[in-house]
Amino acid sequence: MVNGSRLKSFSMRDFFDRERNLGIILMLPGAILLIAFMAYPFFLGIWLSLTDSVIGRAGHFIGLRNFIDLLTDTIFHQTARNTFIYALVTVPFKAVLGLGLALVLNRHMRFSSPIRAAVMMPWIVPTALSSLGWFMIFDPVFSPISWLFRHMGLISKNINFLGDPILAISSVCWANIWRGVPFFGITILAGLQSVPQELHEAAAIDGASVWHRFRHVTIPSIKGVVLIASLLSIIWTFADFQLIYILTKGGPANQTHIFGTYTYQIGLSATEIGMGAAISLYMFPILAVFAILLLIYLRREQ
Amino acid sequence: MVGSNVFRAKFFSLYLPLMLYLVVLLFPFYWMLIVSFKPTNDLFEMKFNPFWIQQFTLENYLYLFQNTDFPTWLKNTLIVSVVSTILSLICSIFIGYALARLRFPGSNFLGLGIFLAYLVPPTLLFLPLAQVISGFGLNNTYWALILIYPTQLIPFASWLLMGYFRTIPKEIEESAMADGCSRIQILFRMVLPLSVPGLLSAGIFCFTLCWNEFLYALIFMSSGSMKTVSVGTVSDLIKADTLFWGALMASAVLGSFPIAFIYSFFVKHYVSGLTAGAVKG
Repeated sequence: MVNGSRLKSFSMRDFFDRERNLGIILMLPGAILLIAFMAYPFFLGIWLSLTDSVIGRAGHFIGLRNFIDLLTDTIFHQTARNTFIYALVTVPFKAVLGLGLALVLNRHMRFSSPIRAAVMMPWIVPTALSSLGWFMIFDPVFSPISWLFRHMGLISKNINFLGDPILAISSVCWANIWRGVPFFGITILAGLQSVPQELHEAAAIDGASVWHRFRHVTIPSIKGVVLIASLLSIIWTFADFQLIYILTKGGPANQTHIFGTYTYQIGLSATEIGMGAAISLYMFPILAVFAILLLIYLRREQ
Repeated sequence: MVGSNVFRAKFFSLYLPLMLYLVVLLFPFYWMLIVSFKPTNDLFEMKFNPFWIQQFTLENYLYLFQNTDFPTWLKNTLIVSVVSTILSLICSIFIGYALARLRFPGSNFLGLGIFLAYLVPPTLLFLPLAQVISGFGLNNTYWALILIYPTQLIPFASWLLMGYFRTIPKEIEESAMADGCSRIQILFRMVLPLSVPGLLSAGIFCFTLCWNEFLYALIFMSSGSMKTVSVGTVSDLIKADTLFWGALMASAVLGSFPIAFIYSFFVKHYVSGLTAGAVKG
């Protein structure tokens, strides 16, 4: 029985068992999807950015005019500044608060696994939906923060969190930090747990103080994960969309746009798809730098 | 007395910071939950303490199921998430196995390409993708999201699975091959059963990301009956004139619940999946 079926499918089997054939066949389904819906749109985007296309009408090739026009667009300047603040300035806050969280979670305590599950929630639940919670917390009328401050006598009028440019960018940054802290916390926790306990004990026996052990044992052992988490966080938040789209839609008066929301506004709402593609492509070199840094670091670690 | 000092030390170094973290990280969820159980009029009553419920009501949840398309949004999100997850897992198992075990020309280059694909954000692609999707006539169909989501999921899932496959001793496979098993049989009968934790991590990761995705769903599922939970909540329950805060929060709570539920069951798998890349490099 076994022999018969073996003989019949011999050549097919032979083909599939050859590593190079099988390897390429196994790569195919995923590769087709990645090429059709990632690589091809990427190059199509580059082409669109070099045209004056609008939605529903193919445009003409206009060279780099979209990119040059954007250099004198003041909203685009503001967008670039905001993205920088939103993606980079928030990282130290996430890292420090995440480190604090990791140190707390690393202690022995009861209910540690439900507590870990609970603190991860900001990172786990759909950002679009948790942003709605912040949308109400920042509301000019219903904000519980305003209510609390008013009742403590600190303010006489409700705070308009999302209506004032400075407050609005601070508010979206805060919501972004809130969402990112659990990611840093859990990643750093994994780093902390990879430190051999003996190292701490040896240092303690040698008379190192708590601060010294933290400085010379803990910090060096988590430097790598903090760096990787920071680079990933920068790449993700740099290209964020939903949190700002829901909280401010880029307002007030286009003061809180980041690349993602400004691309959406110009490319889809205003239907200038060529110009929109140019805005989003301005992200590319910056993302590429951080991606390369990440790659170099990961290679060196191996 | 010694005991109270120990407690005081532990209070300041552990319980107090832990409480602060829990309050800050969970407050928005607490807020969403209590608002979803309040009658609308109570929100406007400024002398009520807004941090507590004066009158408990389920009217917001009833409104959601009777006056909005919430059940349809839920169904759409579920279909898209389940099918994309399965599709991504199949592709990722193949890619992960090929990169972990097989030598073929270009495998290093493909591995690098897949790592870089992990870092390509939707905001860079959504405009040209809108053209591609409408070119295929896939707007407002499940296929739009089912075909696009795997591009965001395959890179990380194959990376994760590749790591799992590499931990399985090669000798097991070699002896099975000597016994006459083909590579494909080995993959399905030996490697996959040994990689269940990895498959679970990858599956949860994929499902969570599909469920949580917003930008592509916003663009490609704009018609009423095709919206996902996040898109429907944001586009149908936020109206310029009046805000149905209670229903809005009820929808956000119900839309977050399945993810929170799955996650708390599989917290270990998710965390190991999330940190696998960062720690193992």
